[in-house]
Amino acid sequence: MFGLFKSGRSGQSGFHGGLTLPGHKLHGEAGRIRPAPLPDKVILPLSQHIGAPTRALVKVGERVLRGQLIADSDSFIAAPVHASISGTVVEIAPCAVPHASGLAAMAIVIESDHADEGLPTPDWPATEDPFSLDAQTLRERVRRAGLVGLGGAAFPSSVKLNPGSSANVNTLILNGIECEPYISCDAALMQEHADAVIAGAELIRRVLGAQECLIGLEDNAPEAAAALRQAINQADYGDIEIRVVPTRYPQGGEKQLIQALTGKEVPREGLPLDIGIVVHNVGTVAAIWRAIRYAQPLISRIVTVNGPGIRQPQNLEVRLGTPVAELIAHCGGYTQTPRLIMGGPMMGFALSSDAVPVVKATNCILVEVAQAEPADTTLPCIRCGECVDVCPANLLPQQLYWQARAKAFDKAQELDLFDCIECGCCAQVCPSNIPLVQYYRYAKTEIYQAEKEKRKADIARNRHEFRQQRLEAEAREKEEARRRKREALKQKKQTPAAAPASAKTTPANDAIAAAIAKAKAEKARRLAQEPASAASAQPDAISAAIAKAQAQKAQRLAADSGKADPAARTDQVAAAIAKARAARTASATAEAAADPVAPGAAAKRKADRASTTTDPVAAAIAKARAAKQAASASGDTAEAVAPAGPAAGKQDAVAAAIAQAKAARKPTPESASKPHAKTPDPVAAAIAKAKAAKAAREKPS
Amino acid sequence: MLTAILAFGGLAVILGIALGAASVRFKVEGDPLVEQIDALLPQTQCGQCGYPGCRPYAEAIAGEQAEINQCPPGGEDGILALAELLGREPLPLNPENGVADDIKTLAVIDEDRCIGCTLCIQACPVDAIVGANKLMHTVIESECTGCELCVPPCPVDCIDMVPVATTISSWKWSPPEQEPT
Repeated sequence: MFGLFKSGRSGQSGFHGGLTLPGHKLHGEAGRIRPAPLPDKVILPLSQHIGAPTRALVKVGERVLRGQLIADSDSFIAAPVHASISGTVVEIAPCAVPHASGLAAMAIVIESDHADEGLPTPDWPATEDPFSLDAQTLRERVRRAGLVGLGGAAFPSSVKLNPGSSANVNTLILNGIECEPYISCDAALMQEHADAVIAGAELIRRVLGAQECLIGLEDNAPEAAAALRQAINQADYGDIEIRVVPTRYPQGGEKQLIQALTGKEVPREGLPLDIGIVVHNVGTVAAIWRAIRYAQPLISRIVTVNGPGIRQPQNLEVRLGTPVAELIAHCGGYTQTPRLIMGGPMMGFALSSDAVPVVKATNCILVEVAQAEPADTTLPCIRCGECVDVCPANLLPQQLYWQARAKAFDKAQELDLFDCIECGCCAQVCPSNIPLVQYYRYAKTEIYQAEKEKRKADIARNRHEFRQQRLEAEAREKEEARRRKREALKQKKQTPAAAPASAKTTPANDAIAAAIAKAKAEKARRLAQEPASAASAQPDAISAAIAKAQAQKAQRLAADSGKADPAARTDQVAAAIAKARAARTASATAEAAADPVAPGAAAKRKADRASTTTDPVAAAIAKARAAKQAASASGDTAEAVAPAGPAAGKQDAVAAAIAQAKAARKPTPESASKPHAKTPDPVAAAIAKAKAAKAAREKPS
Repeated sequence: MLTAILAFGGLAVILGIALGAASVRFKVEGDPLVEQIDALLPQTQCGQCGYPGCRPYAEAIAGEQAEINQCPPGGEDGILALAELLGREPLPLNPENGVADDIKTLAVIDEDRCIGCTLCIQACPVDAIVGANKLMHTVIESECTGCELCVPPCPVDCIDMVPVATTISSWKWSPPEQEPT
């Protein structure tokens, strides 16, 4: 194999290294674009682009029309999928798709009704004068048309039309270079649809605000260059320049093309945008023009079917999703046992079968002849350095090989493994037939997956640490609750006699409000602790949190209404005293409390109303309030208490509602200081609901 | 004599101040070694090492209370990475802690059999199971580390460890068959 190619590496302008390969292109009549017959069924993978996969918008059994949107994504870097024929969706399932792995991926399968019926009205209007549209509208329509880079990378075009406000694009480059042998779909397109290419170029140039527009061509496509020149002369656009460069592989690579045309070099790990350049494939540009001018979404593309193993090689206009087998049949079938490759012989990948569909990135189906005996045996590396001479990215392929082989991926990365474009020049010239590119691909995917796992491990670490914090907070809270209860008990024992005496001296409002809060907190805590043995720790925390929030609210209220004695806000002794007194008077004057004393009854009604949401808590409030009314009825503070009762009731209900909403939002409001976005809201809500139901069941008993 | 005493005394005072300032200025929060070890551990939080989570194990390694070969999910690669970081000799994985399993698995709850007991939720070290009392539970696939801690507590055995299928996004190129050197 080595002797077949002569490497063209010395005395050339543009990029370093590279090879001169035999063309095997279709020229003249043989290369004319012919429409492929309509397929009987199409298989449209949900992910035909770089970026987030799309979501199916149709159901099995649904009838779809040509051009109908059938899958879309909310992600910025994504491209929607459209039905390429009219018919019925028969399957949305994993199907064989063109990928080097040979694995299946989700796809929508449409069976044709052979009517090829288009949408009655397109999703966006056709535009007589696309140049009058603003950039935002154009980008939006390009996205809705599902356009991606048709050169092979399939990067969503709308993203490339949106360089950002800070970017300064000077030059738009159209990539008309098909440097790989056999492929001629872009040359055919430029030859036959030169006007669409030129008009699209002008449109994109305006969207990007670029001053100049270059079209890069190789000297092996003179017909295309002639057609483009004619189109430029006919149209009255700005400055569009055609630059023809000598044929050399891999000149069609983005960075190599930029270097060949402008002499500028894209920085390491950078983008062409960094040096004010945007590159689009000519096929993409023509498709963008059709999408804007004629409102056509991307449902077809030109595919070269070529190679020694096919009877009638040709360029075909193919509906996306057409199975490769149908194209092969249309081209007269195989000559011998085939070996199918999608893409070119250098950078393409082998297809597992001919059942896979044509996708947006399919520029060529190469039919090689399967070799009966294995290829030349691999020999040890002799460190000849041939690979270094041809590397277009100026890397050290031999060093990369040794590091990848030794699984020293970090060292390979230091040698700029990710600047490798996998062009295959190094493997082509290797006298030992070492599959170098496979080593680089192996190393790259290993690094990608390791990074992915690292990210996952970081998430797991964060989640674990958050859980630990939460458990600790819960334990602390329980301990605190127990301690408070013990203290309250102790004080209750010590000071029952002092209660009536102190009641006269303490401002009644503060003490009573504090007592309400205390009673509520106690009740809620008791409720929280009772089901602890049966249920998980989480509901306890929630009801405790509710009680705590309510207690805080009530204490705040108490403090507000009793500014004369701010100490009452935190004075646990006073609270305990008040509670003891309230309990005693309640038992002593039970009938009096139940009597239709106007303010007391009003408070009770309020409590009943509140009970629909916070049953046990509201009951506790009502009880405490009734006791308070009874106590104050005989005292001199009756006037002060009467209006405070209903008002407090309202406030409590509000506080309860707030606490409940909080509980529904976060399982543990105590640890909410570190918000945890991953915790699912419905879970907390469900737990809170279950808890409320449980409390309601316990209440009557 | 006096000059020497004064000179050295003065020097001692100056250096003392400088050292004191440096210890405040360049104070190291926590043990950076623990962080480095923790970063190499797989964060499965499975406890197979005998410690309640990856970080406690990292602390034990840093404190030289534990060997570096007690982490089955980390496997051989993990042990080699730890050995390199700590300058220790690589050891084979301690069989007492379990066996390294190359096939990654995730927990899947058979939702028809789940009785909603919440025991697995309490066992999960990364809160990857959602559900409520007497309501069906389910595993958040993207958060599950495959630690298997939820399997034993389940009273109805409705949790299975299912191998993760390779998809196009998780697929890796295989290394070529190695040629002689």
